[in-house]
Amino acid sequence: MKLKLLFAMLALASSFSAHAALNILACEPEWGALAQELGGDKVKVANATTALQDPHRIEARPSLIARARGADLLVCTGAELEIGWLPILLRDSGNAAIQPGQPGNFEATRYVTLLEKPQRLDRADGDVHAAGNPHIQTDPRNIALVADAMSKTLAAVDVANAAYYQARHADFMARWRTAIARWETQAAPLKGVVIVAQHQAYPYLENWLGLKQVTTLEPKPGVEPSIASLSAVLNKLTTTPAKMIIRSAYNDDRASTWLSQRANIPAVVLPFTVGGTPAANNLFGLFDDTISRLLAADKAAK
Amino acid sequence: MKRTLIASGILMMLGTPAHAADDLAAIRQEIQQMKASYEARIQQLETRLAQTEAATKQADKKAEQADTKAEQASQVAAVAAQPAPSRESAFNPAISLILSGTMNHSSLSPSTYAIGGFIPSGTEVAPNARGFSLGESELAISSNIDPDYRGNFVLAMAPDNTVGIENAFVQTLGLGHGLSAQAGRFYSSIGYLNNIHAHAWDFTDAPLVYKSFLGNQYADDGIQVKWLAPTDSLLVELGAELGSGRSFPATTKDKNGTVAGAVFAHVGGDYDESNSWRAGLSYLGTGAQDRTYADVNATGAATSNAFSGKSKTWVGDFIWKWAPNGNATVHSLKVQGEYMHRNEDGDLTCTGCVASGTGAYNSSQSGWYLQSVYQFMPHWRVGLRHDGMSSGSVALGAGLNAADFPLLAAYSPSRNTAMVDYSPSEFSRFRVQYARDASRPTQIDNQFSLQYITSLGAHGAHTF
Repeated sequence: MKLKLLFAMLALASSFSAHAALNILACEPEWGALAQELGGDKVKVANATTALQDPHRIEARPSLIARARGADLLVCTGAELEIGWLPILLRDSGNAAIQPGQPGNFEATRYVTLLEKPQRLDRADGDVHAAGNPHIQTDPRNIALVADAMSKTLAAVDVANAAYYQARHADFMARWRTAIARWETQAAPLKGVVIVAQHQAYPYLENWLGLKQVTTLEPKPGVEPSIASLSAVLNKLTTTPAKMIIRSAYNDDRASTWLSQRANIPAVVLPFTVGGTPAANNLFGLFDDTISRLLAADKAAK
Repeated sequence: MKRTLIASGILMMLGTPAHAADDLAAIRQEIQQMKASYEARIQQLETRLAQTEAATKQADKKAEQADTKAEQASQVAAVAAQPAPSRESAFNPAISLILSGTMNHSSLSPSTYAIGGFIPSGTEVAPNARGFSLGESELAISSNIDPDYRGNFVLAMAPDNTVGIENAFVQTLGLGHGLSAQAGRFYSSIGYLNNIHAHAWDFTDAPLVYKSFLGNQYADDGIQVKWLAPTDSLLVELGAELGSGRSFPATTKDKNGTVAGAVFAHVGGDYDESNSWRAGLSYLGTGAQDRTYADVNATGAATSNAFSGKSKTWVGDFIWKWAPNGNATVHSLKVQGEYMHRNEDGDLTCTGCVASGTGAYNSSQSGWYLQSVYQFMPHWRVGLRHDGMSSGSVALGAGLNAADFPLLAAYSPSRNTAMVDYSPSEFSRFRVQYARDASRPTQIDNQFSLQYITSLGAHGAHTF
C-alpha cells in the first residue's frame, strides 16, 4: 500500500517535470510576482513565504525542502534576509542547480545599491544586516533594476526561451515605466510628509517618495517594541510630530494601535509585498495600494 | 526697511515746527534724495536676486543631472560584480559559541540516578548536578570547503573541563538528483530530536526514552546518504547510515567493516498556510561487545555486568507546528511525540554476582514521550511534556539469577515536566523548569531548574 503510494507520488512528480516549465522557487512574494511577470507561461512559480509572514523568521519547513529539491531557479532577496532558513534548504535539497554561485541562485540585492550599510557590526544593535537594508522592493525603481537582471538570468537558465523572456521583459518595462510616472505624480503630495515606521522596512520607499521618517517603533531592528520604547517614541513625537505610523501587513498591530491612539495620528497598514493586502495582488497593485493608503492617511491627518 | 524709513521721516516731519519753512524744504529734498538712492539700491538688489535665482535653478538642474548620472553609475556598479574582498580573513569560517548554565534543585541526588527496569546507558543521562553548574559550552565552526563540500565542527566543552568532539563532518553541497552525503562524526538522523543540538531543545534535558535507549543522543563515526524524492511540495526523504558504533547502545569492536547501521524515512508537508507537519520511521541496528554497567547483587554487594549481543531499535516520530498564517512572531504551537521500541538479544556476564557467570539475555522494551510548546506572546513560551517507559519483558537465561540484577526488575518509569521560557532575542533564552521524575522505582524526584542559553557569533539557521 505504502509502496504503491510512493510510486504514485513519483509518477505524479515526474509527470510535473514532463511539462518542462521552468520551476522557480521565490523566497519572497515580490520576486515570485516578478518572475511570473517575466516568465509568463514558461515558468511555474512557488513562493516560500507569504506577505503575512516575517521573512526574517521562517523555518526550513519540509515542504520548502521538497520545493527546493525540484527548483531550477531560486529567486531571493539576499543580503542575509534569508540567513535563518535558506542555508538549510540549500544544503538539504541535494539540488546542484540552485547552490550559491550557480546561475540558478538569484539574489535581487546584488543588483541594487543598498542603503543603511551599518558602520559597525554588533549584535548589541539588534538584527542588523551587514550588507545593508534588504527591503529593496518598496521602491519600484529597484524592481526595474532587478527585473533587468532577472530577465537575463531567466534567459541564461532556460536558453531555449531566451527570446520569449526578452520580449516579456521589454513589455513589462514599458508598462512599469508608465506606472512609475503615474505613481510619482499621484504621490507628489507625500513629499516631506513625516512618518513613524514599525520596523526599519521602508528606507527605499521613503527615499523614493521623499517621506521623512522620524523613528521606528522597534527600539532596535528586530526587537519587539515594549511599552517603555513606545513611550519614548510618543515623547519624541511631541517635539517632532509625525503624520502617520506605517507598519507592514505581517507586523503585529498592537504597537502601532497603542501609539496611534495616544499620538492621535493614523496607523497605516502597508502591503509591504505582493499579497499583503487584497488590492496588492500583483506588483502594480502593490504600489497602487501602497500610495493610495499613504494618500488616504495623509488626507485624514490634515 | 523702506517703510520704517518713511515712517520715521513722517514722524520727523510731524515733530518739526512750522516756522522752519526752509528747513522743511531742505528736509524734503534730503528725503527725496534718500528715497531715490534707496530705490536704486533696491532695484539693484532685485536684479541680483533674480540673477541668483536663475543661477540656483541652473545649479539644481545640474545637481539633478549629476544625481541621475550618479544613480546610473551606481546602478551600473551594482550590476557589475561586487569588489572582491581583499582581506585574507574574509575566508575565515563562520564561528559561533553556545554559552549556557543551570541552577538545579533536586530532592534526590543525581549521583543515584537510574531509570528502573532498563540497562543504564551511561552517566551523562543523569540530571544536572545540584546547585549552580555550567552547561556544555559549544564551539561551532563551519564553512564551505570548495564548491562541492562543506565542513562542520562542533566542540563541546563539558563543565568538568573535558573537551569532546560532538560533530566533525564533511557534507556534500548539491550533489544533484536530491542526493546528499556526509562523512565523519554526526548525530544520526533517526527520530526527530536525535539530530537537534541540546541548546535547541525545548526542555533542559532529553526525554527519558532518549536517555535510556540512546544515551541522550545517538552520534556515530561513519557515513550517511540521503535522498529526496522528486515530489512537488510533499517531503519524502529516505536515508541510510553506517557507523563504527561508538555510542550507546552500540560499542566499538575490533573488526573491519561496520558495527552500526540505520535507515530512516521522513515524510512532511504543509496542511495549509498555518499548519505543517513531519512524520518519520527509523531503524537502528547495532551490536554491542562487553557493554558494561554497574549494579548490586542479591546481597547488596557491587557488581559489574557486561552485555554482548544485538540491539535493534525502532523509532516512530511526528511533529506538528501551527502558527497563524505561518507567522510565529506572536503565537505558535508545537506538538511532538516519539515512540521507540528496542529488542536486545545476547549474553549478559556478571562479575560479583551470587551466581556469577554468563547467561542469555533477551529484552523487548519500549518508551515514548509527548510534548507541546505554546508561545502565548512574543518572547514567551510554555511547555508540557510527559514521558512514559515500559520495561516490557526481560528474560534471563540459565546461569543468571534475577535477584542479582535489581536494576532490571520490571518497572514503568514516567516523568511529567513543565517549563516556561523567555527569549529576549533570537540569541538568548532563559528557562524555568519543573519535573516530577519517577525514573527510580523507589522514590519520586522533584527537579527544579533555572537555565540560560545564549548563542554568539554567526547566525545559525532554524531547522523545522
